[in-house]
Amino acid sequence: MADSVNYSIISSEIFLLIALCVIMLVDLFQRDKERKLTFMLTQGSLLTLFIMGVQDLGVQETIGFSGHWIQDQFAVVLKLAIYLTAFISLLYARPFIRERNLMRGEYYLLTLFSILGMMIMVSANSLLVVYLGLELLSLSLYALVALQRDSNDASEAAVKYFVMGGLASGFLLYGISLVYGMTGSILIDEVANYIAVSGANLMIQFGLVFIVVGISFKFGAAPFHMWLPDIYHGSPSSITAYISSVPKIAAFGMAFRVLESSFGGADIHWTPMIMIVAMLSVIVGNIVALIQTNLKRMLSYSAIAHIGYFLLGLSIGTDEAYAASMFYIIVYALMTLAGFGIIIFMSSDKNDYQQISDLRGMGRYHPWYALMFTIIMISMAGIPPLIGFWPKLEIFRLLVINDHVLAAVVAIAFSVVGLVYYLKVVKEMYFTEATDSPNVSNSRSLKIAISVNCLLLVIFGLMPDRIYYYCLSAFTSLN
Amino acid sequence: MLENYLPILVFIAIGLGFGAFLELAGYLAAPRKENFDKTLPFECGFDAFEDARNKFDVRFYLVAILFIIFDLEVAFLFPWAVVFQELSWFAIGAMGVFLGLLVVGFIYEWKKGALEWE
Amino acid sequence: MIGLSDYLLLSAVLFSISIAGIIINRKNVITLLMCIELMLLAVNTNFIAFSHFLQDSAGQIFVFFILTVAAAEAAIGLAIIVVLFRNRATIDVDKINQLKG
Repeated sequence: MADSVNYSIISSEIFLLIALCVIMLVDLFQRDKERKLTFMLTQGSLLTLFIMGVQDLGVQETIGFSGHWIQDQFAVVLKLAIYLTAFISLLYARPFIRERNLMRGEYYLLTLFSILGMMIMVSANSLLVVYLGLELLSLSLYALVALQRDSNDASEAAVKYFVMGGLASGFLLYGISLVYGMTGSILIDEVANYIAVSGANLMIQFGLVFIVVGISFKFGAAPFHMWLPDIYHGSPSSITAYISSVPKIAAFGMAFRVLESSFGGADIHWTPMIMIVAMLSVIVGNIVALIQTNLKRMLSYSAIAHIGYFLLGLSIGTDEAYAASMFYIIVYALMTLAGFGIIIFMSSDKNDYQQISDLRGMGRYHPWYALMFTIIMISMAGIPPLIGFWPKLEIFRLLVINDHVLAAVVAIAFSVVGLVYYLKVVKEMYFTEATDSPNVSNSRSLKIAISVNCLLLVIFGLMPDRIYYYCLSAFTSLN
Repeated sequence: MLENYLPILVFIAIGLGFGAFLELAGYLAAPRKENFDKTLPFECGFDAFEDARNKFDVRFYLVAILFIIFDLEVAFLFPWAVVFQELSWFAIGAMGVFLGLLVVGFIYEWKKGALEWE
Repeated sequence: MIGLSDYLLLSAVLFSISIAGIIINRKNVITLLMCIELMLLAVNTNFIAFSHFLQDSAGQIFVFFILTVAAAEAAIGLAIIVVLFRNRATIDVDKINQLKG
């Protein structure tokens, strides 16, 4: 059906694909151990994509390719967030991977491939395209985790990630197949139409359960979270920073497209399921994070808790709540990058310093970075002047407005619990006596990156309405 | 009902007959010079008689991995080829892009040395 | 006559076997890989059956894509297992337990 082909709505994907092929071939013929050219080209493509995306802001909703592809404000805003966070994560990665024999072209190529997969996920308008984007993302991430070939931990993490990811895809696909069988279509619009007209029979609801389980697996929400800390712990830190932040944005896009766009129409109850998963994640994440001594593992559990808060927003099910969720996930991605940035910052030579106790003496010997780390931690905990506070507040407010008072109370109680372990890190930096200076990076680019990332957290915290405005605009244009 | 299966029976008979004929022709007409290597069953790189629960060389896996990808991507060519006559230039272009991407992957694996045995 | 429900039952059984395989299997990572493949094949059975009974080709196209993605997934899985084996000299599921806390 050549008549429904509309290249303008996939121009950024086409650009990225061409850029990928070029970078791949250029990298093959490079002798430079530092991969400077590959790095520049990669970042250049991301910047170009960002500029293309900014010009797309405020775009009209356009559906093309026989209904399989959609271009709207929602997709554009999410894509911009993806480019930005991926750009920062690559800045963090460079000094880290130089020391670990990871400075290979594949690092950048796989990152770009996963970005392409994420772009496909957030713009997909059919279950097939969602699946293809998801697999492009997941397969690149499996390979990224396994990239450190001489590391015991990384290869174990890769195997676990692979098996769990495969399981999640299987669940998702099984659910999709049942939905296809009942509705007779894989287009999200037609599935939604069918459900709006004929309601959801038992089979569709059965399929929906599988889809929710698959999505929760991919998010790493409790009770499907068992794999997540191991993988975040085992992967090289720069890759952990990447896989814990950027793909979550795309996963939000996927969850919204699949759950709300397809099943939002009728009285199908996916929201209570997500609500249960979200509450469990908040509880499990915050409690288990309390007893961690490894900073990386602590951040993994705090990631589970954050996913819980964000899913709470998703489970409310109003446009405003979706906007708040989107706001949350973008802010979360920025904060998590900064959080794992700390670990990268501390272990920029050959050794890995991952324990919370390795931060001792930070306040005395490196006051500027201690301040930065403190900003990151209290932003994650959600204390007012910083950005982490606003989306949390918005989600709690919407929970109360929409009569989920109990959920709101539990969530607030556990975010107070969360305060304990975030402040433990701050205490370790300032109030525990240290004999010598903690290890920090000498890399100038890393110093700039982490400072800029932290200042972004502060600046956005002072004017959160700018981002929130774009998130809201994504949903007002949908209707 | 059963007579529906007659063509299959005929097919089996012809198949068996033709196979037997070829075997027989080869047995009768071919020159025979036997030596040790020729009588061995063909297995790449393995001794013919050893424990079956042996470890494979990992390189076999790597070749298999490369094979399976390129092998299955070609699966998209079959439905395309079936309706080839009714397709427009657009479809040819689309398949060209697809194969072009495969070629980029192929160049990558060649240049990386994944196709070298040693 | 074989009806739609028979195919769905078959695929449900295959799917359950594969999940049981992933959960119960304590021996070999390759078996996990095979279980994941089996899972995708169960889904394919579903799609083909629906596609046939709905007289709609979208399901078959979906199967094509799942097959190719499964091939890529198997390739990456095998590659990861090779990496693991080089590091540990074992691919026992029981021995993959270094990461915990």
